[in-house]
Amino acid sequence: MKYMNLGIEELHEKLKNKEVTSKELIEESLKLSHEVEDKCNAFVTILDDAKEVEVSDNLLSGIPFGVKDNYSTKGVLSTGSSNTLKDYVPFFDATAYSHLKDAGAIMVNKTAMDEFGMGGTGTTCHTGTVKNPWDNTRLCAGSSAGSAAAVAAGVYPYALGSDTGDSIRKPAAYCGIVGYKPTYGLISRYGLFAFASSLDHCGVLTRSVKDAAIVVDTMKGKDENDMTTWDSSKMHLKEALTGDIKDKKLCYIKELCDIENYENPSDELKKHLENFKEKIELIRKNGVTVEEVSVDRKLLNTIASVYVIISCAEATSNMSNLTGIIFGPRGEGNTWEEQIKDHRTKGFSTLIKRRFVIGSYVLQKENQERYFKNAGRVRRLLVDTWKELYKTYDAVILPVGTGTAKHIDGTLDVLSDSQNLGALEEHLQVGNFGGFPSITIPDGFIDGLPVALNITGNNYDDENVLNIAYAIESMMDYKNQIAKEVK
Amino acid sequence: MSKYYVTIGLEMHCEGSTTNSKVFSKSRVKYSEVANENISAVDMGFPGILPVVNKEAVKQAVKMATVLHTRIPEYMYFERKNYYYPDLPKGYQITQNPPEECVGNGGYIDIEREDGTTFRVEIDNFHLEEDAAQLTHLYDTSIINYNRAGVPLFELVTKPCLHSAEDAVSFLEYVRSIYKYLDISEADSKKGQIRCDVNVSISDSENSLGTKVETKNVNSFSAVRDCINYEIKRQSKLKDEGRYDEVVQQTRRWDEESGTTMPMRGKVDAEDYKYFVDPNIPRFKLDSEWVKEIQSTIPELPYERKAKYINEFGLSEYDATVLIKEKGISDYFEECLKLDIDAKQAANWVSVNIVGYLNKYEETIDDFYLTPVMLSDIINNVSNGTISSKQAKEIFFKALEEKKEPKNYISKDNAQLSDRGELEKIIDEILANNETQIQEYKNGKTNLFDYFVGQVMKNTRGKANPVITKEILREKLD
Repeated sequence: MKYMNLGIEELHEKLKNKEVTSKELIEESLKLSHEVEDKCNAFVTILDDAKEVEVSDNLLSGIPFGVKDNYSTKGVLSTGSSNTLKDYVPFFDATAYSHLKDAGAIMVNKTAMDEFGMGGTGTTCHTGTVKNPWDNTRLCAGSSAGSAAAVAAGVYPYALGSDTGDSIRKPAAYCGIVGYKPTYGLISRYGLFAFASSLDHCGVLTRSVKDAAIVVDTMKGKDENDMTTWDSSKMHLKEALTGDIKDKKLCYIKELCDIENYENPSDELKKHLENFKEKIELIRKNGVTVEEVSVDRKLLNTIASVYVIISCAEATSNMSNLTGIIFGPRGEGNTWEEQIKDHRTKGFSTLIKRRFVIGSYVLQKENQERYFKNAGRVRRLLVDTWKELYKTYDAVILPVGTGTAKHIDGTLDVLSDSQNLGALEEHLQVGNFGGFPSITIPDGFIDGLPVALNITGNNYDDENVLNIAYAIESMMDYKNQIAKEVK
Repeated sequence: MSKYYVTIGLEMHCEGSTTNSKVFSKSRVKYSEVANENISAVDMGFPGILPVVNKEAVKQAVKMATVLHTRIPEYMYFERKNYYYPDLPKGYQITQNPPEECVGNGGYIDIEREDGTTFRVEIDNFHLEEDAAQLTHLYDTSIINYNRAGVPLFELVTKPCLHSAEDAVSFLEYVRSIYKYLDISEADSKKGQIRCDVNVSISDSENSLGTKVETKNVNSFSAVRDCINYEIKRQSKLKDEGRYDEVVQQTRRWDEESGTTMPMRGKVDAEDYKYFVDPNIPRFKLDSEWVKEIQSTIPELPYERKAKYINEFGLSEYDATVLIKEKGISDYFEECLKLDIDAKQAANWVSVNIVGYLNKYEETIDDFYLTPVMLSDIINNVSNGTISSKQAKEIFFKALEEKKEPKNYISKDNAQLSDRGELEKIIDEILANNETQIQEYKNGKTNLFDYFVGQVMKNTRGKANPVITKEILREKLD
């Protein structure tokens, strides 16, 4: 009997009824971890000595889960998938993880990711490329690649992720699962290795909206160690899932969803957008208002550059603590400058170095106004545009990406694309610019590979956004799906 | 004195020492001889840490900004100053920038010189930031102590408005006393809590500005004085010799041993700190009501006390200046007044005996054993004639030495003999035994008066009240 395919509530019930023990769940999850590691290269660490706990009334108690390797976990290797921290064992827990630990949840592995979250492919982990469980010749996208692969492969019902651009919501889409990044400050970032602090979010990857709600209900809360967190004690995500969305109003953006906007569209893109349109019709049939809105294409085209400038700038500064002086392998050299240089030259992948150069460049005195400050201004314009939509609509619903998971061969993580598909690939980043609650759910298949849609709402409106996602999820058949290998 | 017009600007860093925790972390702020004792993951810049602003440090900054008459902004936020250095664990320092966004912008403070004249120092900005770790360079290695990393650091930047080393030091000394009065810092340069950067330039007249030379990390006020004077001399000499082009805008360091400044390695001016807003600290409002509440807690400041001491208590300028220098001393003095000790008497005791004692034994008033109540005990016993002022001093020092209350030494045994009848009896007896001397005295050898006093003292083992003794002697002899 395989239990790890089940959702959290079912598992809890079985534990409560003593149909299965926590120990058995851990054993199964660990066995699956090793299998998925062999196939997908999804983990940095598998905790073979994970111990069961006594099952309490907490839904998460006794159930295994995975943690992205950029969460600080006390006594457990936490590398951020980087050679600069390849042997780093923290002495404190990230707040979000410690909430789960307190609830009795059992971490069974640390998942591989693009180095420090700074990639969207899952190819820049220091342990190698993470492969998609639906098709091992394809990528999961990133950066929460290992978490997405593991949840999709049924290793456990959920894994923690982090999302700075779309690092939860993109891999969730390519792996046919749910990825939820709540409002900025709902979950403490204390103990999450910083990439770009104004865009970084903690979140979760699951196989159902309800599971995402359950997990985030436990992860969230005001934290005295994170000044950007806020009091959400009156917010109960799981309880908000009524499935009743009759009076809700959604919108999608014509400039992103209309195939007419793309020159020589690929078959895949056509299928993806057609599928999205079909799902919009389905939602309308269920009594929900979905309207088409128009947003200046010029503004949409700035998303990628705004993201690159802000994220690289903040990253350059955030990762200046990685010198090999206090922690991490000490570099070689006769002076401290040489030692730091050696540590960073050997430790970081090429992609990260490239981002540091960009970040440093846009922050330079003579460039800051033109790049960094302007990026901040355009960020505000984009956020205001979305906020304007929220005056009329409960949420914006859009397709995720341009199709299915990309092939590993010949793929390089590029910072922008050349096919005029930038805005469609990158629009999820607006959710980070504004700190909006945003959730990706699977909405179909193209050639046996999953595709997804995303729902993004206004700040602090997480209950509403999840409830909408929950209702739409139940109109389709992709809830709780486990990856079926197509190749 | 240089024949050139001298312009000086100062950057004064003062480490806070009175908050319970560091400016962005929970580690203790406490001077410690043990290295790396007061540290946390946040101070060390471990992956995943976040800063949390210490509200108390912000309050202190607001108080200081108020005293400096600066503009206090409606909103406060922090920026990151990015650079690599082994004493900077995060690779950036959380600070405030630009000046107009600092907790204090613009402003001024008036300083009194020793000769009673005053001058105004204009403030460019005042800001709150975190201190770096402490590096100690040994022969072939350097060691890092992170106790200091993240300690609140208050930085005051003046406009280039000072014109002599003396004024610069008067200004620094007064600002240091303010930090103490506001209970922000012990402001002890021996503990490295006060550090200064000194900018000096010379020019032909006050209408032109010369090349600014910055000397960093000058760590005592006497060094500031010496450093300014050295720079004036150095720059003047080059100018005299027609080599003023050799005075370049640069950063130098003060070498204590040789008493000279030397160029620091590297072109610091070329460094771009890539300042940007720290996203982890949301911009927060300095609510005007809150600011008012903070301002209402600002105590009476040194110059206010000084004026009060002179005008209300009739103290001399000198005594008043000595008393206000240290808040603790001034507080002690005021405690004495509350115990109804005469102001001049109290001032005398505090400024002479107590300050003298503290200086001699390098103690601070906080550790001083003798409380104002104990001191009043001594003084009252002098007033009511129980002890002489000479005895009072002896008792004062004995109490300090043995750490016992003065009342233990004021007993019947050593009580002063003030009983007129008893004294008269003793004096009559002495006079009866000194007929010859009386005759000589009466014949004009008046200095024999002291001989009679001496005899009375001898007879009473020093306990005779000298005033009454003299009175009786005069009555009987004259």
